[in-house]
Amino acid sequence: MKLTLRVWRQKNADAEGAMSTYEVDDISPDMSFLEMLDVLNEQLILSGEEPVAFDHDCREGICGACSLVINGDAHGPERTTTCQLHMRSFRDGDTIDIEPWRASAFPVIKDLVVDRSAFDRIIQAGGYVTAPTGSAPEAHATPVPKADADFAFEHAECIGCGACVAACPNGAAMLFTSAKVNHLNVLPQGAPERETRVLDMVAQMDAEGFGGCTLTGECATACPKGIPLVSITSMNKEWLRATRKAGKR
Amino acid sequence: MARTLWDSSVGKKTVMAVSGVIMLLYLVAHMIGNLKIYFGAGEFNHYAHWLRTVGEPFMHYEWTLWLIRIVLVVAVVAHATSAYQLSRRDIKARPSKYVHKKPRASYATRTMRWGGVILGLFIVWHLLDLTTGTVHSGGFQEGHPYQNVVDTFSTWYGDVIYIVAMLALGLHIRHGFWSAAQTLGVGSRSRDRALKTLANVLALLLTAGFIAVPVGVMTGVVS
Amino acid sequence: MSTYADYTTGAPVTDTKAPTGPIHERWDKRRFEAKLVNPANRRKHTVIVVGTGLAGGSAGATLAEQGYHVVQFCYQDSPRRAHSIAAQGGINAAKNYRNDGDSIHRLFYDTVKGGDFRARESNVHRLAQISVEIIDQCVAQGVPFAREYGGLLDTRSFGGVQVSRTFYARGQTGQQLLLGAYQALSRQIAAGNVEMHPRTEMLDLIVVDGRARGIVARDLVTGRIATYFADAVVLASGGYGNVFYLSTNAMNSNATAVWRAHRRGAYFANPCFTQIHPTCIPRTGDHQSKLTLMSESLRNDGRIWVPKAQGDNRPPNEIPEDERDYYLERIYPSFGNLVPRDIASRAAKNVCDEGRGVGPGGQGVYLDFADAIRRMGRKAVEAKYGNLFDMYQRITDEDPYEVPMRIYPAVHYTMGGLWVDYDLQTTIPGLFAIGEANFSDHGANRLGASALMQGLADGYFVLPATINDYLARNPHQEPVTEQHPVVQEVLAETEDRINLLLAVDGDRTPDSFHRELGELMWEFCGMARSDTGLRKALERIPQIREEFWRRIKVPGTGEEFNQSLEKANRIVDYLELAELMCLDALHRDESCGGHFREESQTPDGEAARKDDAFAYAAAWEFTGTGEAPVLHKEDLVFEYVHPTQRSYA
Repeated sequence: MKLTLRVWRQKNADAEGAMSTYEVDDISPDMSFLEMLDVLNEQLILSGEEPVAFDHDCREGICGACSLVINGDAHGPERTTTCQLHMRSFRDGDTIDIEPWRASAFPVIKDLVVDRSAFDRIIQAGGYVTAPTGSAPEAHATPVPKADADFAFEHAECIGCGACVAACPNGAAMLFTSAKVNHLNVLPQGAPERETRVLDMVAQMDAEGFGGCTLTGECATACPKGIPLVSITSMNKEWLRATRKAGKR
Repeated sequence: MARTLWDSSVGKKTVMAVSGVIMLLYLVAHMIGNLKIYFGAGEFNHYAHWLRTVGEPFMHYEWTLWLIRIVLVVAVVAHATSAYQLSRRDIKARPSKYVHKKPRASYATRTMRWGGVILGLFIVWHLLDLTTGTVHSGGFQEGHPYQNVVDTFSTWYGDVIYIVAMLALGLHIRHGFWSAAQTLGVGSRSRDRALKTLANVLALLLTAGFIAVPVGVMTGVVS
Repeated sequence: MSTYADYTTGAPVTDTKAPTGPIHERWDKRRFEAKLVNPANRRKHTVIVVGTGLAGGSAGATLAEQGYHVVQFCYQDSPRRAHSIAAQGGINAAKNYRNDGDSIHRLFYDTVKGGDFRARESNVHRLAQISVEIIDQCVAQGVPFAREYGGLLDTRSFGGVQVSRTFYARGQTGQQLLLGAYQALSRQIAAGNVEMHPRTEMLDLIVVDGRARGIVARDLVTGRIATYFADAVVLASGGYGNVFYLSTNAMNSNATAVWRAHRRGAYFANPCFTQIHPTCIPRTGDHQSKLTLMSESLRNDGRIWVPKAQGDNRPPNEIPEDERDYYLERIYPSFGNLVPRDIASRAAKNVCDEGRGVGPGGQGVYLDFADAIRRMGRKAVEAKYGNLFDMYQRITDEDPYEVPMRIYPAVHYTMGGLWVDYDLQTTIPGLFAIGEANFSDHGANRLGASALMQGLADGYFVLPATINDYLARNPHQEPVTEQHPVVQEVLAETEDRINLLLAVDGDRTPDSFHRELGELMWEFCGMARSDTGLRKALERIPQIREEFWRRIKVPGTGEEFNQSLEKANRIVDYLELAELMCLDALHRDESCGGHFREESQTPDGEAARKDDAFAYAAAWEFTGTGEAPVLHKEDLVFEYVHPTQRSYA
């Protein structure tokens, strides 16, 4: 396959960025999208240009590092991570636009690499269960109904890639935040911190400068792990419950 | 608690949802009242007069009406203020657009934002037209709402403004009602379909019910 | 004689920390004997932790909970992305919830035997003991393990064992365990007890007066090279499988931290012990950048086969039953498809070498679920393996419900690593190595679902107990500053290396060197190794190294985000480590676990271990690039599990 790539190039956080056009040839449909970018980068290095910077690591769809907006879609046309997208999803002669995640809470570091540390700070605000090592009771002391365990798992699958934020026209992090809130709040182990968790995480989310939710559903459509939109509803419910309870104290 | 609500994006959405639901309930009543126009000037004007005397003798003349007006003004102001502040936050959170344009991404948001602005302007016009009579076409007659309504919908622009606004209202309710349910945490996977259907039905009924009035005037059924 | 650097043999290395006495009392004994640091004094101690995977994440969180000041590093943009996240199958624990005869002793026995009698008994027994606590700890953190309808934890059996002791969270156990550790770490970051440096890569170790006192690290965003000081340094930087270029490791997983520590005096043990995982998706072409593992749990229900005839090109569904060779079931009737990884991998290589491999290049075997679908129904198969099937289909564009999967072995894990004593301390006082970065518990072959167990055991329970002893015995270490001549020297060396990489401005990309080295290693130091092959590799590696420093091209500068520079710098270390791996493989003239020497086979082609000559861990001492290293042997004593030839037939 022969492709034309239009790639966002930006020297560093302070520099102005712009789209640059490159041609790549001899692309196999079996290549992953990132392997196609590897080909481009090898080409660029040899011609004395700087290769395109992009985040990637596990290349098997689980670490959440890769983060490209491809033709306007976070992670491209298939519902998966960029690293699991293959060139067979494109046609010979296509022009492909590649851009970084866009949100003011995710400033660009270089080219297609953005700073997602805001997500870490949301987790730090309350996305954990306080269970210092050594303090744990026997694992079978508290059975967890299978339905709750499955619900928790479904939300715990979030890989923290930020596609939800990238896809959201408001740059909102509601889906990410709700995934962790729902994962921990449904479990008996998470119950003691149920209220503080949701209040603190939402407050941190706001403080990071993410937008609000207008329920467009773009986040859930882009999510490579299929975290459903209704997660946000569940979190809203948790938040209102926590606010009511806090008001009574 | 009020502080928590107002300071948080989720809280502000709750304010929007609650005020939206209040306005929605009002609109249902308003629409049912409007349809009385099909039963002639007598019944319609009587109904309008009754609105001023509801609750008597406990309430003084027009007290109930003013109470409703105050609640509505508070709801509108709260709804619009939160909407404005949330929109500013949203725009700030996503300052640069993608070079590769995708129209669908912002459809619902755009409808809500511009639809909301249209509705806000409409309310101003609507009040000036039929409550105070300030911009009424022809001579506004205090206490003769039937005639005032017929006058308004006898002008082409009156019909256009009203019908456009009601279509915007339908779209606004369609996303807004479902969205409010999510914000208030009453949505769920099993209930989603029912909520969406209810939102569509409400939107359709209200739009149709309201538009029935200008249509009645235009077709001469109401004159 | 060949041109490769030979080695010399030095004094044996002994584990001075391992207690004696009955094996099940040793860990308690060591914990009791270890000195403690007064809780009020702990915050005065700084501990550096490099890496945030299962081992590093859990260690950082736990040390901070104990009151130490932790300074932690990861090259990823977030500690949550460490490659432990990609572990699929599960984590072993001797809970015996199934009442199927499991016990701590059985897990201990299985692990020593599975490791082909090249692991230390004391360590392995401790691991088995702690396995039970790990599950409790993770459940308390909210790790959503699979559960049964009664609300209790579900388990499954996993490659190489006959009990059901593997706890799992669908095919994402590593992810869930790592997020548990990450969340515990996040709590400590928020509390100010952990100073986290993401996107910061360790480039060298600072050793002052014979003790590890800090590291040199580069901020990958600004390019700034800085020094960090501490009272102890913990390396939790993972394995070195990326020496092979193609592996199931993450693209940026690297050996720099451990290799630099080795260069500064830490012995490197058993570098040739690499695990080749049998169930990976075969490569499709030269563009391949990494290999993807399919969880070994697939072998519980899938059947592995190749056509009986060579060069049989018919589509799999057209090959009748009696023309298929279910070779694992045939050769190993009692374990069948569940034989340990090294055996399954080698068997796959053998049938492919015989010309019976399938798929492009004949480098693959079938993993067939037709029987499982018939027996359990498609729904049940979907529930159990749905996400793996989806992943396979996404990568290969083939539907495994209809067509058998194709699998082929790939480099997956490195049992070798920095030599550590029972306390997980390396030969440099104050330098500890945990998780895959050390060599300790798996011997010559790791059992499935044991990596997660070891990483978490080291990080949550072992290191936090043993590091106390070191810190308590060295309470008032002289403060080190950047002005210290040793620090200045390390810093200058690091900067020189970076500058030289940028200055060469040659005509070959970093990847081209990495790929060349990887192919060489896969061919000569992969699934089967021979004297001639290893000698060839040992001759070639210094040549590649020489060419590298002549022809490498790294665009950009050192004072910015520069991924080419990161890569090139890692390759520098691979080019030295690879040589040690080959040398270790060459010197170990026996077959054991993941290390198969063609010269050392039984008459029927099985691996022949030589316990008389090689029942030791080989700990190598660095003497200089391209110089002959010194071999220090640690003799392994088996008091509880007596070495037998592993038999899975």
